[in-house]
Amino acid sequence: MNATDSVHGITLAAILAMAGVTYLMRVSGYWLLGQVPITARLRRMLEALPGSVMVAIVLPIVAKNGLPAFLAIGAAMLVMYLRRNDIIALLAGLAAAALARGAGL
Amino acid sequence: MHPDPDANEPVPYWSVAGLWLGIRYALPLAPAAVIFATVFGSIAVQKGLTLTEAALMSALVFGGVAQLVALDAWTQPMTWEAIAAATLATGVVNSRFFLMNASFRRWLGSLPAAQIYPMLLLTTDSSWIIGTRHQAEGGSNASVLLGAGVFLWVLWVLTSMLGYLAGALAPQPQRFGIDLILPIVFAIMFVPLWRGTGRAIPWAIAGAVALVVQHLVPGYWFMIAGALAGAISGGFIDERN
Repeated sequence: MNATDSVHGITLAAILAMAGVTYLMRVSGYWLLGQVPITARLRRMLEALPGSVMVAIVLPIVAKNGLPAFLAIGAAMLVMYLRRNDIIALLAGLAAAALARGAGL
Repeated sequence: MHPDPDANEPVPYWSVAGLWLGIRYALPLAPAAVIFATVFGSIAVQKGLTLTEAALMSALVFGGVAQLVALDAWTQPMTWEAIAAATLATGVVNSRFFLMNASFRRWLGSLPAAQIYPMLLLTTDSSWIIGTRHQAEGGSNASVLLGAGVFLWVLWVLTSMLGYLAGALAPQPQRFGIDLILPIVFAIMFVPLWRGTGRAIPWAIAGAVALVVQHLVPGYWFMIAGALAGAISGGFIDERN
């Protein structure tokens, strides 16, 4: 029944609501930091922020995916530390993941 | 005008070369985007969206995890309750963009708002990683962010539509570890941020809080909870050298 080029009103409402809340998230943090003075404390918070975001996303994924994810991320970080090349490090991580899953870990 | 305490920080600028550099940085992340978008497209068929609706969602929301989580709450026919559930889930998952773009304020704040706010529409995990890396390497070319964002957006919308048309041909992301590309890239980009264990305490707190919240609270609250805990503790831990 669905013509592929049609858009239903209620579906459009859902998409616009999702897009709206997402755009709000995308702009409000940037806007907010333009409104407040950057104190030494806020500066330290911002310096800790990028690493905190990365750790808060990666660690739960490792916890959920178990040993293959742990080995993949360990291999990728080791190669990045030694070679400082993102593509080689990514390939090392993917190879470790494939080997670990292939071995049934 | 208040005196600029960051007089020694590089001034952000735009350049065509930066667009290409952004695309180059985005290449390792392209396979993950393609797979993710294909999976989204094929699930959108099952949930009864039309091709135009699926493409519109990818174009306007442009956030892979949020789109999959929202489809999880989808009903046929769609109800207002389902819209509320999908919107709440989208907001929680995408609340990390609040923090990610906040971290760009010091870098991009001197560029005109009319240039920056449209570009913030294109923020994803991938483009934030790329911008953070560019900054960590001492760069200040805002076009790197724009190039990566536009490239990944076009790729995302097109491959969402391909996935929709391919329907049931959804690939299995677990083969070849493709489902792990994004966390692996996050971990890789974490390496250049390392400045000794003294500076790592907030990150350890971020990780511990994220794991505890993941264990106790369903959904994706762990991301924002962990990231906020890390940043706030970073503000309250004295610098030690």
